[in-house]
This record gives sequence, structure tokens and C-alpha cells, in this order.
Amino acid sequence: MKWEKKWIFGAMIALFLFVLPWIYDSRSTLILITQIFIFAVFAMSYDLLLGYTGIISFGHAMFFGIGAYSTGIGLMRNGETWTALLYALGITVILCLLLSHVVGMLSLRLKSHYYAMLTLAFTGLLQVGAEKWRSLTKGNDGFTFHIPEFLMDRKIFYLFSLLFMIIIFLFLYQLISSPFGKVLQAIRENERRALSLGYQVVHYKVWANVIAGVIAGLSGMVYALSLRFINTSVFAVDITLDVLLMTIIGGVGTLLGPIIGAALIETAHEMLTELADVHWLFERWIILFGLIYILVVLFFPKGIVGTWNEWMKKERWKKWNRLGL
Amino acid sequence: MESILKTQNLTITFGGHIVLKEINVSIQRNRFTSIIGPNGAGKTTFFNLLSGQLKPTQGRIFFRDQDVTQLSPDARTRLGIGRSFQITDVFPHLTVLENVRLAVQARAGIHFHVFYPKQKMKELEDKAMEWLKKALLEHKKNELATYLTHGEKRKLEIAMLLALETELLLLDEPTAGMSLEEVPMILELIQSLKDEQNRTILLIEHKMDMIRNLSDQVLVLYQSELLAQGTPEEIMQNELVQSAYLGGDFLAP
Repeated sequence: MKWEKKWIFGAMIALFLFVLPWIYDSRSTLILITQIFIFAVFAMSYDLLLGYTGIISFGHAMFFGIGAYSTGIGLMRNGETWTALLYALGITVILCLLLSHVVGMLSLRLKSHYYAMLTLAFTGLLQVGAEKWRSLTKGNDGFTFHIPEFLMDRKIFYLFSLLFMIIIFLFLYQLISSPFGKVLQAIRENERRALSLGYQVVHYKVWANVIAGVIAGLSGMVYALSLRFINTSVFAVDITLDVLLMTIIGGVGTLLGPIIGAALIETAHEMLTELADVHWLFERWIILFGLIYILVVLFFPKGIVGTWNEWMKKERWKKWNRLGL
Repeated sequence: MESILKTQNLTITFGGHIVLKEINVSIQRNRFTSIIGPNGAGKTTFFNLLSGQLKPTQGRIFFRDQDVTQLSPDARTRLGIGRSFQITDVFPHLTVLENVRLAVQARAGIHFHVFYPKQKMKELEDKAMEWLKKALLEHKKNELATYLTHGEKRKLEIAMLLALETELLLLDEPTAGMSLEEVPMILELIQSLKDEQNRTILLIEHKMDMIRNLSDQVLVLYQSELLAQGTPEEIMQNELVQSAYLGGDFLAP
């Protein structure tokens, strides 16, 4: 009963988001919400590692950047056709698959901090690579490119990103409630016990890493399409930190959390940048976020959605107690 | 009677300290064997070696005539060595049912399924419910494991172990820390396992009456060595064993 209510509510919100561009037609708002959709996908893929499997990555941006660069380079070289985009998709998936598999195999059998360090190193390597390989990437300056005309329309692109987010959400929802997803959560909860039940923990971790990597790559593709511009900043540590923040503020170990986190961070980002004229501090918004981050970790370690769930549970308990059950 | 588990000169040292020294035992199939010995005699370490949490410094372990000495814990579980832990070791933020279902799922060999049919998922759940009923825990199925009482966690632990349906069960003090009224229920459960006669059970316990009633064979570990083995009656009349325990009244009926 309760379960169905949840889905109806979700469908209503989705429906509202689908018609939004025709109700409220503001260019800057549409662009902002589109960014939120994209980062929500990126954050959900990150949460599959952090929240569901218990793996900390400091280099999730590497997959994001690969997706973005494949798209940019592909569309620039092969022209703004759907075929070129399809090629870029293939390359993104293959590269992310390979890289996540290699990084995973190298480090996931070791203690968790090795994985964190290795991802950091790999991302740094890719960033330097993108800077130096100027013939391919135009270095730090980056380049602009055209996208298929159909996607040029902001409303269409908004709907495209929304659909993208919903599909990934449903896929990940299916994943986390599947036998495979439950084992991931078991690993997060108690790796030793998962082993003693007979699960090959390392394989599970590597697969979680691969799935998270490919989805991050896809979100990077859509990100590049939305900007029609790319430079080395897609590999920056900031991107990983942003997505870490989104996941933690929204609520680790939930799928809704990263979406809400993405919405909050992107909106705050936008508003603070506008306030930069008022005081210089607002331009250094990362300082403020650092503060928020510390406060959240100290007082709401479960994030918004996690805290909400817990609170709801307590309320339900109270109700039961009142009924004398 | 054929033996299912054999150890050969099993030795482990931590630093310079010898924790187990040249243990040679042979466990008969479908028999109930208890391991006793004072604290620090190496009982849990012995289990850790059998289940693969620790690797021996010397010696070998054979399970069904296969050398498993170098196998990882998960591989040994898949072969048929299941174990419960003395310190409760469940998945705290999953529900009780999910905890057991994970064990059922491992037993069924369902691993990398993302699009698993709902109907089959239900079957896994039903199977898990059966084990929960056996462990008298069905009323707690939707509770997070972390909110269970200590005794309930132990029951969950046992339900998970049973759900693995392994041929060999290693039970490390299943009643430790349980309230007195909970103990008989666990005893009954273990007795019923024994009565089914299709499992080999190894039990570490301190409660002597429990050991007397259940065991076909008793192993005594004392100061890192295997001091004696035999039927419960033999062990109780064994003078070495009597003197090993203070004054000998430990084993008095």
C-alpha cells in the first residue's frame, strides 16, 4: 500500500517536471534544472560506490571526463551527426568499462584507501594527459563543438536530460533491489561476513565499480552536450568533491539523496555566483561549501533523505506505541 | 565411518607465541563433535583455521579428502564449510529477512543477477522465512538487524548459517551471552539439527550438560595442544582432563 503511494508520488513529480518548460519558460532556469539532472545521474553513480558498496573514490571525475571528451572530440572530428554521437557513446562505454575494470582489479582487493588514492592518481594522470595532448584536446583552453540540431533546442534537451535521469534512476533502483545489489549492501555492512557466506567480494566490488564508471561516463556525455564546450576542468578534483558533497548532503545509501543533493548544490552554486558582486566571499563558494560539509558530517551524517527516513520511522513507532501495539 | 574433515600437524604461531601446536584430528561424517578447553586454549583459533579466516603456519587441512589449506573463506563456504561466529557478525543495517535471504541466495548460487524475476525473488524469501521460523525469529523479519537483542542476533546468526545448508557446521558458542530462558530454545534447535543426521557439526561450548547430551565425540584443547579425545564418558573419566581443569569439579556431573 505504502509502496504504491511512493510510486504515484514519484510519477506526479516526474509529470510536473515534464510539463514544466511549458508552464514556466525561463531560459536560465531550464539550463539550471538540466544541469541538476545531469549531476543527479553522476551523483547516483557515485552513491552506488559510496552508499551502497562502501567504496570511497576520489577520482570519479575520470569517467565523467572520459564521457565528456569522447563526445566533444567525436562531434568535432566527425561532424554534428547522430552517427558521430553513437560512436562517442560506444567509445565512452568501452573506455569506462576498461578503465574501471583495471582500476578496480588493481586496488579493490586491497584496503579501501588504496582505491581512493589510486582513483585520485588516475584522474590526475588523465587531467595532465588532456592538458598535454593539445592536438587532440586543445589543452586547457578547450574547444567548442556543435551538436545534432535536434538537441539544440533547450526544451528538447531538458526533456532528454530528464528522461536520461529517470531511466538511470529506474535502472539503479532495479539494481539495488536485485540479488546483486543486496550483496553490494552486504559488503558495505560487513565485508568479512559476506565472504564467509561464500560471496566473491572482490568481483562484486569490481562490477559495482564498472557500472558506476559507465553511468558516470554517460552523465559526462550529456554534460558535454549541454555545454557544447569542453576543457580539462571535467577531470578536476572539484568535480569529484562536488559529487561527494551532493551524495553526502542528500543522503548516502539512497537514490533520492543524490538527486536532492545535486539540486541543492547546483542551485546554491548558481545563487552564490550571482551574489559575487555583493561580496567577494560568495565567489569563493567552495569555502562556504566546506563549512556546510563539515556541519553536515557532524550533525546529519545520514544526509537529508537518510535523516528524513529515520524520522519517519520514529513517527511510525510512536503511532504504534499509541495504539498499544 | 568415513571422515569428512582431517587436520594434519595443524600449527599456528602469532609472533613467537604458539597458539595451536600440531593438532591432528579426524572428524567423522554426520557426527556431532564438541570442542572444550579453558579460555585461551585456542578453540576459536582452531575454527578460524578451519573456516579460512587464518592460515596455518604449518600443517594441512583436508575437507572431503581435498586439501583446503590455502583456500579463501568464501571458497571454503562454497565447498560446504559453514560457520557461525562467537561475536555476532550480521549485516546490521539490513532487515532480518534480508540477512537470511543473502545466505539463501549464496547457497542457491545466485550471484550477478540484476534483472531477477520477482517470482523467484519470492521463492528466495519464502525459503529464508522457513529458516527464520526454525530459529523462532519470523516475527522480527522486517526489523533492522542492528535493533535486535543480543539473543535474537545469535538466533539470526544461526538462521543464516543453516540457510547455507553446508555439510559441515562450525558453531562457536552459539549460546554465549544469551539470557537463560533463551538457551533451551537454541539447544532444541541444535538437537533437531543433530537428529536430522545429515550434517556434521562441530561445536565449541562451555556448558557441560549441553556437551554431554549432544556430543558423539569430544575434543579437549589445553594449552595449545590436543589433550584428549573420546566419547563424553571417556573424557569425563580422563584423569589428564580432570587435572587440567581446576580441581576437576569442572566436569563433575
